[in-house]
Amino acid sequence: MYEFDWSSIPNALPFLWDGMMISLQITATAVIIGIVWGTLLALMRLSPIKPLSWFAAGYVNLFRAVPLVMVLLWFFLIVPHLLESLFGFPRGSDMRLGSAMAGFALFEAAYYSEIMRAGIQSVPKGQMSAASALGMTYAQGMRLVVLPQAFRNMVPLLLTQGIILFQDTSLVYVSALADFFGAAYKVGDRDGRLVELLLFAGAVYFVICFTASRIVRHYQQKLKTA
Amino acid sequence: MGYNWNWGVFLQPTASGGDTYLGWMIHGFKTTIALSLSAWLIALALGAVVGVLRTVPNKVLSGIATAYVEVFRNIPLLVQLFLWYFVMPELLPEKLGSAFKQSNPFVQQFLSSMVCLALFTSARVAEQVRSGINSLPPGQKNAGLAMGFTLSQTYRHVLLPMAVRLIVPPLTSEFLNIFKNSAVCSTIGLLELAAQGRQLVDYTAQPYESFIAVTLAYLLINVVVMFGMRWLEARVRVPGYIGGK
Amino acid sequence: MITMNNVSKHYGSFQVLTECSTQVQKGEVIVVCGPSGSGKSTLIKVVNGLEPFQSGEIIVNGLSVGDPKTNLSKLRSMVGMVFQNFELFPHMSIIDNLCIAQTKVLHRTQEVARDKGLKLLERVGLSAQAAKFPGQLSGGQQQRVAIARALAMDPICMLFDEPTSALDPEMVNEVLDVMTELAREGMTMMCVTHEMGFAKRVASRVIFMDQGRIVEDDSKEAFFANPRSERAQQFLAKILHH
Repeated sequence: MYEFDWSSIPNALPFLWDGMMISLQITATAVIIGIVWGTLLALMRLSPIKPLSWFAAGYVNLFRAVPLVMVLLWFFLIVPHLLESLFGFPRGSDMRLGSAMAGFALFEAAYYSEIMRAGIQSVPKGQMSAASALGMTYAQGMRLVVLPQAFRNMVPLLLTQGIILFQDTSLVYVSALADFFGAAYKVGDRDGRLVELLLFAGAVYFVICFTASRIVRHYQQKLKTA
Repeated sequence: MGYNWNWGVFLQPTASGGDTYLGWMIHGFKTTIALSLSAWLIALALGAVVGVLRTVPNKVLSGIATAYVEVFRNIPLLVQLFLWYFVMPELLPEKLGSAFKQSNPFVQQFLSSMVCLALFTSARVAEQVRSGINSLPPGQKNAGLAMGFTLSQTYRHVLLPMAVRLIVPPLTSEFLNIFKNSAVCSTIGLLELAAQGRQLVDYTAQPYESFIAVTLAYLLINVVVMFGMRWLEARVRVPGYIGGK
Repeated sequence: MITMNNVSKHYGSFQVLTECSTQVQKGEVIVVCGPSGSGKSTLIKVVNGLEPFQSGEIIVNGLSVGDPKTNLSKLRSMVGMVFQNFELFPHMSIIDNLCIAQTKVLHRTQEVARDKGLKLLERVGLSAQAAKFPGQLSGGQQQRVAIARALAMDPICMLFDEPTSALDPEMVNEVLDVMTELAREGMTMMCVTHEMGFAKRVASRVIFMDQGRIVEDDSKEAFFANPRSERAQQFLAKILHH
């Protein structure tokens, strides 16, 4: 029978905490940039200007067809190459955190864009007509009338996507970046206590994501009854 | 930008000999397909059972099903994979664990990956099954019962046939996800499509060609699955029913 | 045929039915009416055990509905029920809707079930629609199919839960005609409905409910000529003067 030994965890807590901060940083940047860029993509997709709509559709479908791991590998292995050769960045400079943030943000934007598109379409068409009847331009109607309602309807989905994104940040493991999971793996590997560290990491993720999804559901119920 | 494009690289024999780089790619492609399909079948079966259990009146059964779904939904896939691959063999009974550890590494990686993807996906399938059943008008269940069906007959003949039709579109995206998620299994050394792409970069120093090829292969899987599911959707469409259009 | 003794039901602290007692003899047509929320739908749903109740007793054809030993599925297969929203099974053709319970519950052969189904479809005037799906029929047609589906089980009595209230006005009569014919043939029926014309034509008795209680339970002549309770008088005044 396996004998558990949890003693390497207490000493590793500061290191794990730093890792968690990296996970959260990546999550936060990707959520914010992802929502902004995703909303723009959704607007392009729904716009009557064909090239814009084609571009957005192509972008979204491409990113949604490719595994996140592949996108991250593109960003870790190839984008730095590109930057070096295009802008003369010094060779070997550590761009892993930046690459991770950019990769996640651009990837998640495709998913956020689909959520926002559904949100915009969930607002009755009459709202835009009413805005136009009051003399608003298309852009004003979108910004002042449609988008606020779309956001409100979609907040639970946007947050749920944020929770999924937080879980997905563990994939920066492929770049050996020490996010929370990477840190846990490193400690476990160093001390020969992989079993304990992996179980610990799983439990921490579970507690955070479970709590967060409960809060989202609570909010969702409040929204429904309101 | 001084990059030497060389698409011929795929036809060159590999550094270790015996095969071409294209052969590696095809091998990885096959592994991705085999892994995803086998995990998908398990996920469908498990997910259907768990999803139905979440809707039954029995509190204990629905509680167990809910706990199952929450556990597999709230732990990152990568962590689950490492738990199956590194932790599970240690916690198994001695004999079973060491038998696993002494088996062919490919078998170890494939089995862990399959179980991991299957259970991870089954929780998502269960959620779709549950919401499919719950989205049916409540009178349907009563109508089945009122005709003398038992609860299980009501599920079998009335609720599930409709629920299954309703969830074909959301299941399509779960089916696509399992192919994409299988790329995570490259982290434990399973030489599937993404891992072969990475290996190609190391061996050939032609990163763009290999990554573009791998990306195109995933796009191909997507297109095939999408057309397949659209065909299925049309096959099971119920005439005159709004949800079936 | 149906006996209810002091049946009470509550959800939490909300009392849905309070000590309801009545009897339905073979061949009687009972119309149950009352304001919305008065418990009339619940009253007929407890008869075939679709809604559980906490106290009292219901005997249908000698079987106690509340007794855990009673095989509820068997009891329900003998009691036909028609719902407000039809509840045909959308994924099956009309004829399959009529056959499924015959074959799976009564274990009739496919041929016997089909013959029976086609005969009943003819009776409700819908033979031509046998191969269609519910979504392709109008509401009135769907409800007639639902009645035929219930009749296919050779029920000893029929329960109707507001069978015409989800229908467009021009379709109400085609359904009422089928129900009237059924009543004339001697089917035992309990109907929750606001169609007072139907009640006047075919009801043997009218039950009036208010706030979960059976307030009136009288012959239709007595009920319409001279309702005893004030609530029933108000209800009739509202419903008849439109």
